[in-house]
Order: sequence, then structure tokens, then C-alpha cells
Amino acid sequence: MTYVFDYEWVFEYWPVLLKGIGITVELTLVGGVLGISLGVFCAWVRSLGPTWARPVVTAYVEMIRNTPFLIQLFFIFFGLPALGVRMTELQAANLAMVINLGAYSCEIVRAGIQATHAGQFEAGASLGMSRIQTFWYVVLVPALQRIWPALSSQVVIVMLGSAAVSQIAAEDLTFAANFIQSRTFRAFEAYFVSTLIYLALAITLRQLLRGLGWTLFPKRTVR
Amino acid sequence: MNRRTLLALLTGAVVISVAQAPLPAHADALATIEKSKVIRIAVPQDFPPFGSVGADMAPKGYDVDVAKLIAAKLGAKLEIVPVTSANRIPYLQTNKVDLVISSLGKNAEREKVIDFSVAYAPFFNGVFAPADVKVSKIEDIAGKSIGVTRGSVEDLELSKVAPADTSIKRYEDNNGTISAFLSGQVELVATGNVVAAAILERNPPKRPEIKFLIKNSPCFIGMNKNEPALLAKVNEIITAAKADGALGAISEKWLGAKLPTDL
Repeated sequence: MTYVFDYEWVFEYWPVLLKGIGITVELTLVGGVLGISLGVFCAWVRSLGPTWARPVVTAYVEMIRNTPFLIQLFFIFFGLPALGVRMTELQAANLAMVINLGAYSCEIVRAGIQATHAGQFEAGASLGMSRIQTFWYVVLVPALQRIWPALSSQVVIVMLGSAAVSQIAAEDLTFAANFIQSRTFRAFEAYFVSTLIYLALAITLRQLLRGLGWTLFPKRTVR
Repeated sequence: MNRRTLLALLTGAVVISVAQAPLPAHADALATIEKSKVIRIAVPQDFPPFGSVGADMAPKGYDVDVAKLIAAKLGAKLEIVPVTSANRIPYLQTNKVDLVISSLGKNAEREKVIDFSVAYAPFFNGVFAPADVKVSKIEDIAGKSIGVTRGSVEDLELSKVAPADTSIKRYEDNNGTISAFLSGQVELVATGNVVAAAILERNPPKRPEIKFLIKNSPCFIGMNKNEPALLAKVNEIITAAKADGALGAISEKWLGAKLPTDL
């Protein structure tokens, strides 16, 4: 039996592919922005925040970092309805991605914050800066600058991990590839094309994040 | 770009273009099975009563019993390969299994890529929902959400006849579809009649009661195209099993009913 490659069938389904790309990009944007915000907040709590809140945040971070993303997704989508919390698959997917990226970026940002020299806090105080100003200008922005490459890597990892949301019928790029395969029986062509698209999306995302790093932190000394 | 990136891209391009060459043909499947005395058969594990696992993790079900029957008649050792509705045909196409016995329905698109034996089990696809959902024909599902397993006959039939504003949610396997229905994420579910009966027996939180039937789609055994010897042999075994009552016994055991005479 010979297998002849035929790509025309895949392109017949370009609306499905396009919708899949749109959903994946939307998940990454929402997950990225909200996830990093959540991560920064949690990092602040764990390093400089109120002591009573630290065990709560630590429990959240450790639970998310030590369980598979797919299980977290299934719990939110299939498990929570038993407690009366029901949401659509896109809402569940977005929530899972934000929670997941939040936990991982908390640890990454916390490492950056804790690398701040103790003298920096004193320097801020000696310049008459309030605690919030000290945190923002002296601690957070240099910390983000330091850990920016690690953080952008994590965002790309979470984007690629978004493929799991196809399991709850969220119509992302992986779902589109699976759908095309189930209609055309052309597994190689369908998955090859979606692999190339993921590759293009990941490379674009990395470049965008690099550019964002240069814009946000123009005074970077280490490139 | 620098030399290393260029080298990496060139290597990637060469590997990809070599991979596009058509694969060489392989030997006659029946001959291979008879020589190696091993037959690999794909069965479902998430679709009782056709295929599921017991507490001892051993596969059991209608399809599993038919697989054992065929292996015994061929004098070969049975190697069971669990599959889902979504990947059973790719497993066959990539030669990971010799036969697919997985409540497989026959339709024109599948006929283009694989061959089917004679029917070995009855199967009705229908739409199911709890008693308080008022649906009695296909037009009634407009505006509702319905779960199906991707790539199954229910999926294909529903996609053809469902009203445009129905929200069809396609899950990767039967587990996902059934979980979605039981957790209330979808209001209706399209699956097989005996599968819904198996769920009802376990007193679920949401009861999948029959609303209407989509299609009478008996189960066939799937195999690769261009295997006339294997096809003839499998048909011979199934027809003999119908005649001497072996298939009827399997039907009584798993479906609780005799085989329909027009199968």
C-alpha cells in the first residue's frame, strides 16, 4: 500500500484552521496578560507582602506547578459543575491558562524580586520614595528586566500547552487539525500543517516578546 | 541569519522533503498474520458494552469477544490494542493494527480509505437527554448544545442534518462526550442506543433517555484496502459465527437480545 500525500483536502477546511488560529491567539493573549499580572501579584505577596497571605499563595502555586495542565483543565470544565459552577469551554480554557501561567510566572518573578540587592530598598527610602513607588520603580521593573527571557519562554510554553484545550472541545488549532483529520482521513497532512502553524506562531510570539522587552526596558544592560 | 541557523533550516528542509516520498508497499496482511501467528486488533475501551475494562484492567465487551473469536479461528495469538473513535482509522492506516473491531459504522467517506467486512453487531445512533428536555425530532435541537465524539457516525450524520444554530461540541473520545453530558456541559448527547442503556443502568446524575433515532448503523470490522484475502477470511468467519450461533451468544451476553435476522 503506498501513501500519496495530498494537501488540497486540508486547504478546503481553511475556515476551521483560521478559527483555530484565532482561538489559540486569543487564549495566549488573555492568558499571557492576565497570567503575568496574577503572577506579579502572587510574587509580591510571597516576597514582600503580608505574612498571613503567604501560605495561601504558596498552596496555590505548588498545587498548580505539581499537577498536569490537562487535569487542571478537566477539573475546571468537568469537575466544577458538580459544585454548581458551570462555564463554557472557552471560559474554562481561559481560566485554566491564566491560573497555570499565574503560578509559573509567580515563581519566575519572585526570583527576580529576591535578586534585588537589599541596598536598593534603602536607596529608595533615602530618596523619599513611598513604599509603592519603591516597589514599582526600584524593585519590580528591574526584576522584570532581569527575568524577561525566562518569562517569555514560559509564555511560549503555555501557548504551546494550550493545545490541551482541544480535549474539552474548545475549537483551537489542535481541534482544527483533529477535525480535518477526522473528515479527510489525511492525518499526516493535517498534523504537518498545524505543526508548521504552531511553529510560526511560537517564533512570532518569541520575537514579539523580545521586542516588547526592549521597548519596556530600554536601559537593559544585559541583552 | 548566521551559519548555524541556515544549516539547521537546510537539514529540516531535506528531512521534510525526503519524508514526502511515497512509502513502499507491504506484504499481504493475511499471509503475515498466518506466518507470525499474531493478530493485532483495535478495540474500544471507553464504550461499554462494546469495549471497556473491568476492575482487573482486562478488556471486556462485545467487540473484545468478537476479536477473540476471530483470533481463535485464525489460529493466531490476539494482541488487543485499545483505541478511541478518533484514532481507530489512523491506527489502521499506519498499520499499527490489522483489524478494527470498534463499533465502526460504514459510510461513503470511510469507504474511500478502508474496507469493511459484513456486519457483526446491530447499532442504532440516537439523540439522548434527560426527561425534562423536550426534544422529539431533529428540528427540536435548534439552539441547544449537543455532545458527540469526533469522527463517529453520529458526528458525521448530525453535522449533515442538524439545524444551523445547534451548538455541536465534538469531544476527542467517548469519555469526554459522556463526561460533558453527565456534568451538564451539554444538554443533549448523540451516541449509540446500547451505550445510553449502559449509562442508565449505573443510575447517573443526568439520565440519557432516548429522544429520537438518527440512523440504523450496524457495526462492521474495518481493515486496510487491497487486502482481499483478509477480507474474504474475516467475512467467512463472521458468516459462520452467525450460522452456528456463536455470534448470537455474544449478542445475548452483551446486548441482552438476539441478533436481528436482517443483520
